Amino acid sequence: MSATALPAPAGAARITIRLVLAGIVLVLAALPILNALPESHALHVSDFIVTVGGKWITYAILALAIDLAWGYAGILSLGHGAFFALGGYAMGMHLMRLIGPRGVYGHPVLPDFMVFLGYKELPWYWLGFEFFPYALFMAMFVPGLLALIVGWLAFRSRITGVYFSIITQAMTYALMLAFFRNDMGFGGNNGFTDFKELLGMPLRSANARATLFYASLVLLLISLWLCWRIAESKLGRVLVAIRDAESRVRFLGYDVTQHKLFVFVVSAVIAGLAGALYVPQVGIINPGEFSPGNSIEAVIWVAVGGRGTLLGAILGAFSVNALKTWLTTVAPDLWLFALGGLFVAVTLFLPRGLIGLITKAPGR
Amino acid sequence: MSGGAGNPILYLDGVSVVFDGFRALNNLSLFVEQGELRAIIGPNGAGKTTMMDVITGKTQPTAGIVKFRDHDLTRLDEATIANLGIGRKFQKPTMFDALTVFENLELALKAPRGPWACLTWILGSDARARIEEAAEEVGLAARLRDRAGVLSHGQRQWLEIGMLLMQDPELLLVDEPVAGMTDQETEHTAALLRRIAGARSVVVVEHDLEFVRALGSKVTVLCEGSMLSEGSIDHVQNDPRVIEVYLGR
Repeated sequence: MSATALPAPAGAARITIRLVLAGIVLVLAALPILNALPESHALHVSDFIVTVGGKWITYAILALAIDLAWGYAGILSLGHGAFFALGGYAMGMHLMRLIGPRGVYGHPVLPDFMVFLGYKELPWYWLGFEFFPYALFMAMFVPGLLALIVGWLAFRSRITGVYFSIITQAMTYALMLAFFRNDMGFGGNNGFTDFKELLGMPLRSANARATLFYASLVLLLISLWLCWRIAESKLGRVLVAIRDAESRVRFLGYDVTQHKLFVFVVSAVIAGLAGALYVPQVGIINPGEFSPGNSIEAVIWVAVGGRGTLLGAILGAFSVNALKTWLTTVAPDLWLFALGGLFVAVTLFLPRGLIGLITKAPGR
Repeated sequence: MSGGAGNPILYLDGVSVVFDGFRALNNLSLFVEQGELRAIIGPNGAGKTTMMDVITGKTQPTAGIVKFRDHDLTRLDEATIANLGIGRKFQKPTMFDALTVFENLELALKAPRGPWACLTWILGSDARARIEEAAEEVGLAARLRDRAGVLSHGQRQWLEIGMLLMQDPELLLVDEPVAGMTDQETEHTAALLRRIAGARSVVVVEHDLEFVRALGSKVTVLCEGSMLSEGSIDHVQNDPRVIEVYLGR
């Protein structure tokens, strides 16, 4: 891995970064409040914008998780969408259990798709998901455990770089195929939808919208703080050292496998939580969320924003998704070409990403 | 053979390494005493770097015994061997260019190495003093805040030696420390290594015979993976076999 030195931002740049972050948070925090204004008001923000904003925040959290692993430790996972989707499925299972007898078939316990597929009782791995804390725990535990197993097998065997990326692609692809199967007990092709409520709030209510939005914003800030805390500690410097010269770190007496596993699992847990907040806001989860393209797109957000900077990941997630929303309305067929072109252009002309534009530190 | 009386800190006996039929090391035996400074010379391909790889766990020997104090090094991985107290400076200086000189030394500093310990690590005043002391020792005190990527070649070599000192090893393996250095830098490095030896054992692999002479230590000559001669620099320079394979070329 080449030593792409990412200089620590100088004093002025650090202030710029904080200002940009504060600006983003303030604008976002204002959205649900402006949504509550009467529709005739000039500053009124539509329900659609709040929902899309909340969705993008969960994307930004996913980008942050990728940046922690890729930007600092050099672990390029092209399967982070799988951790996001697993977190989403855990929350989806909770939401399905809350539907109760209000399903189309009116079965008191079984979700509609199980009745349709002839299930007689709830599979054992669905037990407990009617409890919100358990579902939230599983949204962290399952992605974390998967990252622990895949990471342990790969890092222990010193599989790095592009080989690791390919393995993670295969991981998310395999999960997609598995979740497509009806007999997995996760709704197959159709996944989960028709959710009714969460924590007693009807999902379509303004109250639920604002609550989920603020929960996402708080999770974004907590994740940012956690990633920043890791990046600024000696562990962060060990990770940068692993990124730039892995075997040298071993000769200094560090167990590289442990450090990579630690950061990979933390990253997967953050991605899982982001997925858990994504699903109630978009109202659906299906195996398409595991598609390899999703994971690659999330990596492009980070590359566009500027890797190894944390804030860059957030900026990238927002700006690429803004571009996507606009372009898929204007010229839907062009989106994938635009995405590919964007990645090439950023790599060639903006190697430090968007964040490089605002923190252009002189002389570095 | 070596004739060392005491208890060797490093003990290689009958070590062979075979890569696809090529014998990189051939029945090599070597003993290094506590506190000894030892120079190892030999033509290209003599097995000097392979020997370092075997000691530090990078390469598994095909046959033979490799012991550090009472530890069988052939069964341990790189990180474990490093933590036992064997530090290595590579032929090509390798450090972390994105980090500052201070941060490079801090990473090398002997301290708990686990992820959690690193996350909760707080730089104390005695750790800071040790880092500054080592930087002073290798002549980089004025460069602590500079990124390692901007150092000159000679300074990079010294930073590597500084990082070795931070690990507080009992045995230092130093691979070609003066390659590409000016005469003055070479002298400075010889003096530095002489100062370090005594409290620790130091094994230096080098091509530069003037530098080896300046070290004033016992010299081992390797050739085709085996020991050819051993003794003072004058002894080996007058050994006809050494003259034939190495110096006479």
